[in-house]
Amino acid sequence: MAFAPFLIPLTALALSLLLFGGFVSLAGANALEVYHSIYRGAFGTWFSWQNTLVSAAPLMLTALCTALPARLGLIVIGGEGAVVLGGLAAALTGLALIEANPWVALFGMALAAMLAGGLLIGLVGWLRHSRNVNETISSLLFNYISIAILSFLVIGVLRDPETLNKPSTHHIGETHMLGALGESSIHWGFGFGLIACLLLWILYKRTVFGFAVDMVGGNARAARLSGLPVGRIVFLVCLMGGAAAGLAGMVEVAAVHGRANTSLNAGYGYEGILIAFAARHHPLAIVPMAILFGGIRAAGSLMQRDHDLPDATSLVLQGMIFILLLASEAVFAHLARKRGGAA
Amino acid sequence: MIEDPSQWLTVLIAVLGGAIRVGTPFLFVSLGECLTEKSGRINLGLEGNLIMGAMAGYGVAWITGSAWLGVLAAGATGVVLGFIHALLCQQARVNDIAVGIALMILGTGLAFFLGKPLIQPSAPHLPALHLGAWSDNPALRAALEINALFIVGVILAPAMAWFFRSSRWGLAIRTVGESDQAARAMGLNVNGVRMLATMAGGFLAGVGGAFLSLYYPGGWSEGLSSGQGLMAVALVIFARWDPMRCLYASLLFGGAGALGPSLQSVGVTWGYYLFNAAPYVLTLILMIAASSKKVRSGMPGTLAAR
Amino acid sequence: MDKEQNKTTDQNRRAALKGLAGLGLGTIAGGFGIGDAEAAKKVVMGFIYVGPRDDYGYNQAHFEGKSAIAKQSWIKAVDQENVPETIAVQKAMESMINLDGAQVIFPTSFGYFDPHILKIAPKYPNVMFLHCGGLYDASKHPKNVGSYFGYIDEAVYVSGIVAGHMSKTGKLGYIAAIPIPQVLRNINNFTMAARSVNPKITVQVVFTGGWSNPVKEAESANSLIDQGVDVLTCHVDSPKVVVETAEKRGVYSCGYHADQSKLAPKGFLTGAEWNWSKIYLDYATMIAKGAKIPNLIRGGFKEGLVKSSPYGKAVSAKARAHADKARAQFMKGGFVVYQGPIKDNTGREVIAKGKSYSQTDLWLESMDWLVEGVIGRTKG
Repeated sequence: MAFAPFLIPLTALALSLLLFGGFVSLAGANALEVYHSIYRGAFGTWFSWQNTLVSAAPLMLTALCTALPARLGLIVIGGEGAVVLGGLAAALTGLALIEANPWVALFGMALAAMLAGGLLIGLVGWLRHSRNVNETISSLLFNYISIAILSFLVIGVLRDPETLNKPSTHHIGETHMLGALGESSIHWGFGFGLIACLLLWILYKRTVFGFAVDMVGGNARAARLSGLPVGRIVFLVCLMGGAAAGLAGMVEVAAVHGRANTSLNAGYGYEGILIAFAARHHPLAIVPMAILFGGIRAAGSLMQRDHDLPDATSLVLQGMIFILLLASEAVFAHLARKRGGAA
Repeated sequence: MIEDPSQWLTVLIAVLGGAIRVGTPFLFVSLGECLTEKSGRINLGLEGNLIMGAMAGYGVAWITGSAWLGVLAAGATGVVLGFIHALLCQQARVNDIAVGIALMILGTGLAFFLGKPLIQPSAPHLPALHLGAWSDNPALRAALEINALFIVGVILAPAMAWFFRSSRWGLAIRTVGESDQAARAMGLNVNGVRMLATMAGGFLAGVGGAFLSLYYPGGWSEGLSSGQGLMAVALVIFARWDPMRCLYASLLFGGAGALGPSLQSVGVTWGYYLFNAAPYVLTLILMIAASSKKVRSGMPGTLAAR
Repeated sequence: MDKEQNKTTDQNRRAALKGLAGLGLGTIAGGFGIGDAEAAKKVVMGFIYVGPRDDYGYNQAHFEGKSAIAKQSWIKAVDQENVPETIAVQKAMESMINLDGAQVIFPTSFGYFDPHILKIAPKYPNVMFLHCGGLYDASKHPKNVGSYFGYIDEAVYVSGIVAGHMSKTGKLGYIAAIPIPQVLRNINNFTMAARSVNPKITVQVVFTGGWSNPVKEAESANSLIDQGVDVLTCHVDSPKVVVETAEKRGVYSCGYHADQSKLAPKGFLTGAEWNWSKIYLDYATMIAKGAKIPNLIRGGFKEGLVKSSPYGKAVSAKARAHADKARAQFMKGGFVVYQGPIKDNTGREVIAKGKSYSQTDLWLESMDWLVEGVIGRTKG
């Protein structure tokens, strides 16, 4: 059963596509043509691949924001807030370093963004650990609060008066923008996502810290008894998750907008939660999952234009895939039981 | 900013009216979530129930011409989503929060997809009771124009509190929520109880959605919910799993939501983004203040254990 | 838009699809050449909206414009809704060009322009990018970019006159999303028009902080009515909630973006509407003829880019006469709203006596003040 980890999600994926085909047929579209559009829009050509990978870039980073704390048994949904605060911090740092060397500026922006996002989610973890404040709810509230802070600042003190009808901060400068990978239109955010997923996988698999995290996730009390600094581990893991999402915010500012504005609040954080669960919180599995969901985002465009389906069609498809992937968890559990291991 | 002290009175009245108008969906969703969580499961998907309920309720009310049938239909879609949630969650290793998020996405997607033809038509609205008819202050009259659903909710809160405290079914739900083992020892069907609690909770959340589309603000549009379903889940924790406190918290939330616009309307024009964030900040502060390491006041045991 | 119309566009589209399928058989060896094969015969136009196609407001106005021209057999119009102002819109534009063979793209939201259109346009010099919003600057922007916009504030001015006549309390209410120049200009026009009828009138503004938040819009409407406001209007993506709440509370309302008269049979006065179908057809004709497309098209009543909603039955004869007269002046051209002296609502003189800014003046595009008589402020 070595193939089970691949076979089961793939079966779930195939089933959800079938279900989706039935759904769009009911809505009057030709299912086969819709499949063709999805393929064409997401993976059919190099052009579509670039679209897909660009869409996947922020999702890899925001997925880590949920996936990392999940190893501790914490369910954090604050990726959106971390993206927003990360983007804001990146823009402010970029403006402060506008005279500096581009590399220094970009490094500073990334650092500031990771710090902002990391501290936000770190705070969520700390509140959970020290005061038993539910991390799911507090991170949700921080999303709304972060967005309000961003809106308040960009329409007020931080606003560049030149940004007439879309209030934004000043521009960080064209020379300080994050470029694309080679000749493609894929920006560096994708590279950051890949690196982050790989590094965190190594951290989990190959280091003592990773082992300690798994111990705390397995049984916090036993971990404490064996002398592990549980509070510090919770804080650090949340900090790393938030830092990843914060970095996604930096990429949005440095590679796309050049400024911070309310477009930072584009739902990357929420979609990241989905990907984290679909990848079963495994840092390496996040990469293909993010590409899959990025592909759906990219294909949504064609489903609308070729078949006159509403934008919500891609939400429906995402929902179906997600639900069937979760249902497939039960199959995993069943297999584990068969082998005699505890579920 | 404010020259005329009587304007403060109107702000107060607006906040009172807002507490009722804006608070009603919170009330239904939070009562629904309270019921589900008491059985030991978190359903984060009630936002999806709310939006589906708003769409289905509006659609059915438009087709049948009866707003009340719409409310029932909204509840029924909530039951279906609740059933899916419960069915998935009772499988081994399936995380209830993840299922909730999945259903939130699916519910929102389906509602937007199926709701396209419902944006233009006008469906009948739910009737309101004019409790302020005695007053000749139009602001007060408007604030006291109370929808029947709100009254249903106000009755439901103490009824649910009584249900948990004194009825056999209530006890069963609480036992299941406290400990799987204890419940099994008592001969209770743990999954069955949770399923019923989740479906009933889904029903209430769907009704909350119907309030949005069939009364206030009324109409179906894709921007109708601004996360009320998610926030109501936060409210339950804030209310420490007590239906009466859910009622108070919903009113507080509704009032806080009305504060921003009403302050602006009397000329307090500073920082409206921050005023608009007031409900979230308020919840967060109260949550932090209310929680502590030792007391897990009111939290169902199975939720506390994880 | 009504169902009947919807059905016809639908049928057109189905027919077009069938045609495409036939073509596809012939060109299958050449890969996905659907767009190219079509483009040879038809003018392919791509429309991008920031919100849902049918929001009873801004996006619907564009969608109606697109649907109107899609009926022409020589036009193929594709569109996409709910496209956020992120890299997603860049991808949507490129996708329309690469996969559908679009020759002209209409990204209709303000925030699509900088950086998104400016980034994509240089890559596709043979495609026109026409942005709704009037941000084009010949000295800075690529040649294949242009903008078009309607002076809808003219129609708002006409609404303001009607509101000024109909208000008994002298208090008008304006529910707006965020304080950007477009919005402020509408509020100022509305206020000056109303005060030209009755100088004692004040306009209370409530900013909701977002383009689409029905609960907040309804709450704002109720609060304003509680304060004695008896005519409401708004500048949000979908005015439906505001107009319906006004009707429910028994006060007058003026619409915006599209025709909302059906929503408030008793209290609806009039409204400011876009008339995009005209400009979209003009553009398509220019492209079909191979004419050079102007980079900047702007206009108000005179150019047929904006219109007023039909008067509601509540509107008095006197108000109609006055509003008709104002509209006739706009139609004739040369009517200047921003004529000094004008003070802002903090008492500062913003336009000196004897100075005036005509409709096309770019200075008006960066408006950051509210005129005397408005209660509200421009900074969050």
